[in-house]
Amino acid sequence: MPVLSAVRRQEPLGWGSCLVFLAALALAFTVSGTLLAVQGKPALQALWLLVESAFGSRYALEDCLIKAVPIFLCSLGVGLTFRLQVWNIGAEGQFALGAVGATWAALTFPSWPWYALLPFMLLCASAAGGLWGAIPAVLRLKLKANEIIVTLMLNYVGILILDFLVYGVWKDPASFGFPMTSEFVPAAVVARIGDTRLNWGLLLCLAVGVLMSVFLRSTRLGFELRACGENVRAARYARMPYAFLVVLVMVVSGALAGWAGFLEASATLGRLQPSIMSGYGYTAIVVAWLANLNPLVIAVASFLLAGVRVGMETLQLDLQVPAAFGGIMEGSILLAVLAGGFFSRYRLHLRRAA
Amino acid sequence: MSLEILLALLAATVQAGTPILYATLGEILTEKGGVLNLGVEGMMLVGALAGFLTALHTGSPALAFLTGGLAGAGMAALHGVVCIWFQGNQTVSGLALTIFGTGLAGFFGTPYVGRTAPGFDKFSLPVLGDIPLLGDIFFQQDALVYVSYLVPPLMWAFFRYTRWGLGVRAAGESPAATRAAGLNVLGFRWAALLGGGVLVGFGGSYLSLAYTHLWTNGLSSGRGWIAVALVIFAFWRPSRAMLGAYLFGGVMAFQLRLQAMGTALPSSILLMLPYVLTIAALAFSSWRSKRTEAPAALGVNVEPSE
Repeated sequence: MPVLSAVRRQEPLGWGSCLVFLAALALAFTVSGTLLAVQGKPALQALWLLVESAFGSRYALEDCLIKAVPIFLCSLGVGLTFRLQVWNIGAEGQFALGAVGATWAALTFPSWPWYALLPFMLLCASAAGGLWGAIPAVLRLKLKANEIIVTLMLNYVGILILDFLVYGVWKDPASFGFPMTSEFVPAAVVARIGDTRLNWGLLLCLAVGVLMSVFLRSTRLGFELRACGENVRAARYARMPYAFLVVLVMVVSGALAGWAGFLEASATLGRLQPSIMSGYGYTAIVVAWLANLNPLVIAVASFLLAGVRVGMETLQLDLQVPAAFGGIMEGSILLAVLAGGFFSRYRLHLRRAA
Repeated sequence: MSLEILLALLAATVQAGTPILYATLGEILTEKGGVLNLGVEGMMLVGALAGFLTALHTGSPALAFLTGGLAGAGMAALHGVVCIWFQGNQTVSGLALTIFGTGLAGFFGTPYVGRTAPGFDKFSLPVLGDIPLLGDIFFQQDALVYVSYLVPPLMWAFFRYTRWGLGVRAAGESPAATRAAGLNVLGFRWAALLGGGVLVGFGGSYLSLAYTHLWTNGLSSGRGWIAVALVIFAFWRPSRAMLGAYLFGGVMAFQLRLQAMGTALPSSILLMLPYVLTIAALAFSSWRSKRTEAPAALGVNVEPSE
């Protein structure tokens, strides 16, 4: 009887990896479509509608770019920690804290001119997000506490801090009891680019992306980061600053997620309210892994998964598909791609069993 | 605080701790076999929904509980396909499983939000329920709580005295040596993963069948992650899992009581308690533990054999 067995590949798969990736994507779409059909929705029509309403018009593309910004910033950060085999699952909480930090600055110094207030808001967002990233780093280094669980728990705590503020001390008395702060003064709002709906946060993304690529490729610290990620023990032996790197990536990662929170509060909502938490931090994990931690690919993947979110909004309105379907798509894409990675590393062959 | 209120609080502690206990025990079984499954939160949600829907449509809570367990095993099987068959990264696969499971439960559950289903009611166990104090706390609960008392000793005995238990531990400690001894490493890993999935699914269906009797989105609210943290707190021992689960049940019950009594503390601060306590418990147990306590090959995939 012939038996299927796996043999480790000697050479990289090259373009075949792209094929495997596309096949994984197709599998994920099949699974998602089947689930839609089970719910009695027209599956093919729905999937087509998702793609079309996400990428089919200028208005939709603008929406994708707007949603890609927070995903990109969070994903760049968590991707940086993944390189070091540090698992920051806490972008969601760091995002919340960043929004809180920026809002504090906007509400406390409303009389400042924009060129002082906006940078200060960014600074406060970095400090708050960075602090939220530093806690798990220190707990991991000092007490060996698992950073996956600590960052996750800090997500819940961070969102509750945000709730505590907008339901309490920061609640706008004129909001008819709705949990939201008062609207930011114009000086605290990141302006739009020209006559588009995009804001200057997009430019910030571009700058951060380029800086990150240069840092990883061309600096000593970037090299040490990659080396430590690949082999911690050897890197420690070579006296690379492992502990310093762990704190650094976590603080940078937290600050980047904090920036995303700042932009969402300032440019997208113009105030702080609980609806700011829409799971960008978790989508960022999916993006970072799909993009193989490469900053350029992260940009592309952020845009595509932002598209899933934009398309979902139409599906919700037109076909009453629950918003949770987005999670099904993200989860199944990631699972399928993870499994597909097998074919990049192994090849299958049939042989006769003895 | 009067004795009556204290006893009610402790009984509520046991109830609130039970879903966490099932999930923690499930993850202990899984991790003993060497597979790290971070999908617990998503698996609990799917288990909770499967249980709820079965109870709603068949009216049989017992069948519903079993369905919840099967759903948990089904989710675990997805993790197994990705990590055991296809050698995917266990950490990332678990995270993806949670995202997928949360989506799945929200997708199929949204039309049922706020509906109630038949579930398990409390009854006093004969004789044991009449014991003063202890009876009030432990033996005037629902049937699923009584079942949960049996699992830790059974699991302890399984690991300690049975060949299968030994096989699971071996697959988690040293896959190479296990294979050399002629045992089927992947078989034991699959068994531990699926068995753990059943227990996690039980934990989920406890939430919708006994803890609340109704469906809401995001019903598990982080309990799955608390269970993953408790595995470390418990040093992978079923008996300590019981201690940890009731500790967390206590905090949750206490926090609910305080809210119901109308304290001056805002509810968001009270809701933080379990999460902050998880971090504290994790930091404490990581600091106290010795390196040897986790299964040596936890999270390490077994290469396909030639």
